Amino acid sequence: MGMTMTQKILADHAGLPVVEAGQLIEAKLDLVLGNDITSPVAIHEMDKMTVDNVFDKDKIALVPDHFVPNKDIKSAEHCKCVREFAVKHDITNYFEVGEMGIEHALLPEKGLTVAGDVIIGADSHTCTYGALGAFSTGVGSTDMAAGMATGLAWFKVPSAIKFVLTGKPAKWISGKDIILHIIGMIGVDGALYKSMEFAGDGIRHLSMDDRFTIANMAIEAGGKNGIFPVDDLAIEYMKEHSQREYKIYEADADAVYDAEYVIELDKLKPTVAFPHLPENTHTVDEIEDIKIDQVVIGSCTNGRLDDLRVAASILKGRKVKKGLRVIVIPATQKIYLQAMEEGLLKTFIEAGAVVSTPTCGPCLGGYMGILAEGERCVSTTNRNFVGRMGHVNSEVYLASPAVAAASAVTGKISSPEEVM
Amino acid sequence: MKAHGKVFRYGDNVDTDVIIPARYLNSSDPAELATHCMEDIDKDFVKNVTKGDIIVADKNFGCGSSREHAPIAIKAAGVSCVIAETFARIFYRNAINIGLPIIECPEAAKGIEAGDDVEVDFDSGIIYNRTKNTQFKGQAFPEFMQKIIAAEGLVNYINNKNK
Repeated sequence: MGMTMTQKILADHAGLPVVEAGQLIEAKLDLVLGNDITSPVAIHEMDKMTVDNVFDKDKIALVPDHFVPNKDIKSAEHCKCVREFAVKHDITNYFEVGEMGIEHALLPEKGLTVAGDVIIGADSHTCTYGALGAFSTGVGSTDMAAGMATGLAWFKVPSAIKFVLTGKPAKWISGKDIILHIIGMIGVDGALYKSMEFAGDGIRHLSMDDRFTIANMAIEAGGKNGIFPVDDLAIEYMKEHSQREYKIYEADADAVYDAEYVIELDKLKPTVAFPHLPENTHTVDEIEDIKIDQVVIGSCTNGRLDDLRVAASILKGRKVKKGLRVIVIPATQKIYLQAMEEGLLKTFIEAGAVVSTPTCGPCLGGYMGILAEGERCVSTTNRNFVGRMGHVNSEVYLASPAVAAASAVTGKISSPEEVM
Repeated sequence: MKAHGKVFRYGDNVDTDVIIPARYLNSSDPAELATHCMEDIDKDFVKNVTKGDIIVADKNFGCGSSREHAPIAIKAAGVSCVIAETFARIFYRNAINIGLPIIECPEAAKGIEAGDDVEVDFDSGIIYNRTKNTQFKGQAFPEFMQKIIAAEGLVNYINNKNK
């Protein structure tokens, strides 16, 4: 019986010729990640371990990104804890405010994640790096601590669902619409404990930023990881960003999948997830007038350059609807700079949006755009749970950057075609 | 090891944002987190929970974020066990790693209501509903996880291995 792409990566990192779904293994880690919320708990747990040092100072990434620049005194204390740990252990990949970005946009950009890696991160959206053909998955702080101390993690080898992407998506269809469509189809636990393996000739029409968005939200279907085959575009991306050697794994032809779905990309329409679950999806053409109070364009899901470019193309020469707050957050300092050089930031500001330095901020209701009771937000982020972005009686509608920008102009949830 | 207490009953997809909202994640102190546990889904939970009580839920309990603060808050609030039809995978790992006992048991989830008096025997996986005099068998943990649970978490497990 053949192995899936994920199983092959895990087998290699466990030093085993073959693994099968359900098997418990211990695998070597290529990278262990933490942020300002999860790392302090991990550091505290590591203090309790009978180890003095981290397993490899080059294979740990510490990225304060959720509540930075520090939103309050307690957050500042957390960041200080992470900073002191990074200094004490001489952690190579610690990113201070001026050099940081939202972790899952930053690490690929810094070349720290490549095809064939096994990566754990104390953040659920660690699954993002599957876009490059790595096995990466979110864990908690104690797993992060164990990973930092030993360079190892235990895994139950997942079975997989195969998603065959076919056709070419229409003009305004992005990775976000594709993954929202899939989550709407299989539900928020549709891939529980499983790999989501993407395949098919439709992938060649997807930019790397589209693929990062899709892999990023595998967790919103309950997936352990999302993973793409490594093609020329992915290789080009890794060569541009990384000095590290990558290794390409391919699923065996006789690999077994729990289920297989064909997603016809050319048939997809802009898709929006209604409160309070990412599976509550509607295509934008079937939505009645839903007035909104705020738009957020950013996050580890959709704060990359492609996302800002498409949003700016819609906002160029237009104005944000009077009374609406529009917050744009480039995901990394590099993206911020590129957006500035391309004139995108000017477009946003002239349209009446604010532009923030990189932070997860509003996505998880931290700061930089909290909702009051009864308010509605269209957001390019990844979760719309109860109270996610503020008051327990506020609402988040998840959408692509194109839909978010169009909605910013009209003040209600809108298709890009309505304003272009 | 046994747990015994009254049941707090929730539905599908109880996410980590309602278990412990991110607005409180500027703290990692278990006692402080416990004071906001389940706040956005059940604002009276903290007032009503007593040591040993049990949470029972349907599908995909703990979905969403990787925040270990979620099982930490539940444990620190005094909850002795969470029973669900299924758990989200990161929550599942985290609960085991910090020593919060959890059991997957669809039948028990269906057969237990809020306020029921329930007993759980972790060694046998038997869940006994005293109120309704019904019994269920939860899924046993693989041996490897039993070792982590027996060591009361991953940290002790690793320390024991290094001895």
